[in-house]
Amino acid sequence: MTTAPVTKKSIFNRPEKNYVHPYIGGMVLGIVLFIAILLTGNGLGSSSATSRIDALIVYTISPSHVDNNPYLLKMAGGDKNPLNDWIVPVFFGTLLGGFYSGWLNGRLKFITTKGPNISNRARWLMAFLGGVLFLYGARLARGCTSGQALTGGATLSAGSWVVMFAIFGGAYGMAYFVRKLWN
Amino acid sequence: MNFPLTEFITVSASNPWTYVVFGLIGFAFGYTLEMSGFGDSRKLAAQFYFTELTVLKVMFTAIVTAMVLLFGAVGLGILNFNQVWVNPTYLWSGIVGGLIMGVGFIVDGFCPTTSLASASTGKIDGIFFMLGGFVGAAIFAETEPLFTNWYNNAGYYGRLTLDQVFNLPIGVVVLLVVLMALFMFWGSEQLERIVGKKDMSREPKLRLVGASTLVAFALAVVFIGSPSLEQRYNKLTFTRTEIIPLLEGDPIVSTNIHTADEMLSTRLAFVSPAEAFKAKYNQSMNPVYLDVRS
Repeated sequence: MTTAPVTKKSIFNRPEKNYVHPYIGGMVLGIVLFIAILLTGNGLGSSSATSRIDALIVYTISPSHVDNNPYLLKMAGGDKNPLNDWIVPVFFGTLLGGFYSGWLNGRLKFITTKGPNISNRARWLMAFLGGVLFLYGARLARGCTSGQALTGGATLSAGSWVVMFAIFGGAYGMAYFVRKLWN
Repeated sequence: MNFPLTEFITVSASNPWTYVVFGLIGFAFGYTLEMSGFGDSRKLAAQFYFTELTVLKVMFTAIVTAMVLLFGAVGLGILNFNQVWVNPTYLWSGIVGGLIMGVGFIVDGFCPTTSLASASTGKIDGIFFMLGGFVGAAIFAETEPLFTNWYNNAGYYGRLTLDQVFNLPIGVVVLLVVLMALFMFWGSEQLERIVGKKDMSREPKLRLVGASTLVAFALAVVFIGSPSLEQRYNKLTFTRTEIIPLLEGDPIVSTNIHTADEMLSTRLAFVSPAEAFKAKYNQSMNPVYLDVRS
């Protein structure tokens, strides 16, 4: 990588800083999680916000479809606003927080993060398909790595620990077969 | 002060501050994920090839940090654990969903929340993940009616915590989880040294201090223990506002704070038959019915 001299500090042209040490990052994340639980009784999460935004889209296009689907009906339909849940402001806050950290630390760049032996297009396709799978699994398990593994892990929920080990099990079990994607 | 604060348990338009609080929590969450490197899928995928175990380190440091603080606060009586959301256990949908998530994780190198930190900093693959996520969640909503019975009942145990599973005091579980995490950190560093060829001598010595502090906190949690049922019962208070309308002038408004004993003896606590019926079919509650008619 060539380092061009930084002439001006615009949004996209700040010096790139290193990531923090994993243990420090983890400790700060743990304190954020604790404060969330202490103040609100809820932890952190994001995947059900995706469901809720979906429910809003479906409701906007076809309200009768929501009425015929009991799963969507729990979130939308009638006088229910699917976005009226704590997870939605957390979702948008997370986007903003990630953006702000990227901005401060010079990491705002349109790039594709991928293994060395895969094309951009293949990577985008894999990211998309993986996203389909991951959110399907997350809704099936009633939470993703944040809502189940992180929050449920800290509150010592038995089911969350099972989910956490299942995630790691699935990923380690599959890693060998998709090694071309990353190595 | 009693935590959690009841006004922040849900969001509501009548209290816009709730949106601000949850928004700020999300902001801190996203900031922390991004600064830990979770916007880069390579860092996440490396976890599963044993070259860099940042995912495990960050995740388990976060879990144990939050856990010791949480159960410390519970033990000191600051935080009411009954009001803390504990993910209910749905064993089978959890296992199947977890395995699917794992496969998704290694294929795409993100999880839903890290994709937010990634997409918002301009990573194109993160944006594609988010789009895929919306499709995946929509497919789930469409297919859920096909297996709704299994989804809601298979291996359902309700609110179940590890101390109940292993029949141990919660402080002991906290200590064991901390020790397990420290062992995993040690193992991760060995793997990074051997597989990832990383020079571990340059790691900060401060992490040993951190590990000792963590163990000390966990021991403190064991020592403090959890407040007994009796202590929690005596601590319970209920605020009731009574409005007595008058024919002339303003109504009399009186606010009283009652203890649990007063509420019961003056019959202020009661349940209507309809409420009892609804509670029986509410999956998030496990009501106990006592017949005291004889």
